[in-house]
Amino acid sequence: MVSMKDVSMVYKTSGTLATDHLSLNIDEGEFVFLVGPSGSGKTTIIKLLTGEIKANEGEISVNGFDLTHIRRRRLPKFRRTLGVIFQDFRLIDDKTVYDNVAFAMHVVGASKREIRERVPYVLKLVGLEGREKRLPQELSGGEQQRVAVARALVNRPRLIIADEPTGNLDPAKSLELMLLLQKINELGTTVLVVTHEKELVNAFAKRVISIENGSIVSDGMDGYYAYEA
Amino acid sequence: MKLNRFFYLIKEGIKSIFTHGFMSFASVTIIVACLIIMGSFSLLSFNIDSMISDMEQDNEILAFVEDELSDEEAMAIGTRLEAVSNVSSVTFVTRQEAFESFKAEYDDDTRFDDLPDTTLRHRYVIHLEDLSLVETTAQDIKAINGIADVGAELEISRAIITIRNIISLVSFVIIAILFVVSVFIMNNTIKLATYSRKEEIAIMKMVGASNAFIRFPFVVEGMILGLLGGGVAFFIEWGLYSLLTEKLMATIIGGIVNVVAFEILLIPMLAIFLGIGLLVGVFGSSVAIRNYLKI
Repeated sequence: MVSMKDVSMVYKTSGTLATDHLSLNIDEGEFVFLVGPSGSGKTTIIKLLTGEIKANEGEISVNGFDLTHIRRRRLPKFRRTLGVIFQDFRLIDDKTVYDNVAFAMHVVGASKREIRERVPYVLKLVGLEGREKRLPQELSGGEQQRVAVARALVNRPRLIIADEPTGNLDPAKSLELMLLLQKINELGTTVLVVTHEKELVNAFAKRVISIENGSIVSDGMDGYYAYEA
Repeated sequence: MKLNRFFYLIKEGIKSIFTHGFMSFASVTIIVACLIIMGSFSLLSFNIDSMISDMEQDNEILAFVEDELSDEEAMAIGTRLEAVSNVSSVTFVTRQEAFESFKAEYDDDTRFDDLPDTTLRHRYVIHLEDLSLVETTAQDIKAINGIADVGAELEISRAIITIRNIISLVSFVIIAILFVVSVFIMNNTIKLATYSRKEEIAIMKMVGASNAFIRFPFVVEGMILGLLGGGVAFFIEWGLYSLLTEKLMATIIGGIVNVVAFEILLIPMLAIFLGIGLLVGVFGSSVAIRNYLKI
């Protein structure tokens, strides 16, 4: 599902070595936490996995797409197999909750009927029934993040990548969101969560990959945050 | 592209005009302002050109017929004159008519009263198609058998041509500068309008939207705003021009100059205004978002 082999990434402008001969594999159906302190290389890994940047060395493959050699015009097709959730929600302010989710389906060319059936189902799944006509700014942070989850989920992605999804949420809402992601995982979607919230990671018995200085320092199924600040 | 998707993108483009109301208003205003400035200058230049054409038409040359020729022979030269290239019209004036007209110019002068009406020669009043060729045409006419002399106001002709050339050049330079400045201003306005939507474009890219999918509503939006700007500018220009000509005609200048009626230029002006508006809208919006699509 996700495969990184000997991947190195140096930012040309700053000369920073963001990933150093990093290799990892994530299988279909897994729930994985990617943890590490600020500047450890987590965001770079997300950017590499979403095709936002290309690695200087090594091979990356996600959902069957070879990101090492992918052409720019093939990227949209690849991204439609992904669901991405960001810390700052990244919702379109002037679209309603419904339209923010439906818009992702329009992108893939879904029919009106499919959209009418799928969007309410996904909104119900994330607990946003009755909020369809609201604008993002009329919702709480937790609700906005659930809209982002619904948008990530609506096209039935094989992999969901969540980049610090709980960064703007209080502990209760963070836990709620993680439970939602766990539920999505149980329904068959592979989930990769990037975070630095130790308590949250430790509350779930999942695989945890720890990164430091662009390298993996631990990768275990014990569900514990290995990095200690 | 599926029909469903096509209509969705058109709807998105139209919706976006209203959701980004202020920026839409700013873009249309800038397009209107630039088009009015350029349009006014073009109209001014067009009027000056038309006035010069009128002056060209008023500038005539006289071909004097040899004294020895009979009236019939003198009149027969007319067909040969009409055949000379660059001659647009030929009018025969008998020596008697010429003398009457001469005397009429000196109404109070009795010195000419005793002169016979055969004092002057038969002549032809000739108008030219292109005033700049006056010298060559005058020579061609002089070469015709039976023509004694040709009277052409060469200095006036040269002056008119020089004025026309200078005005054409100055107008062209000013309109070109105004065009470049307008494109620059419009481009910046559109850039500003799209900058606020950088984030929106990034989100679209992240969910897998193709560049065409993102660009299409922007282009629809630009097209509508451009056409709207062009249309509004056209009607304002029409109103301003009509008001100004009306005021101008009421003054003393009205008796001297002949202003071209806007109605004559209605269709070409509308086509030019809408065309430029459309071009700026479509081109400006697709260029402005180009940088944000490279994610």
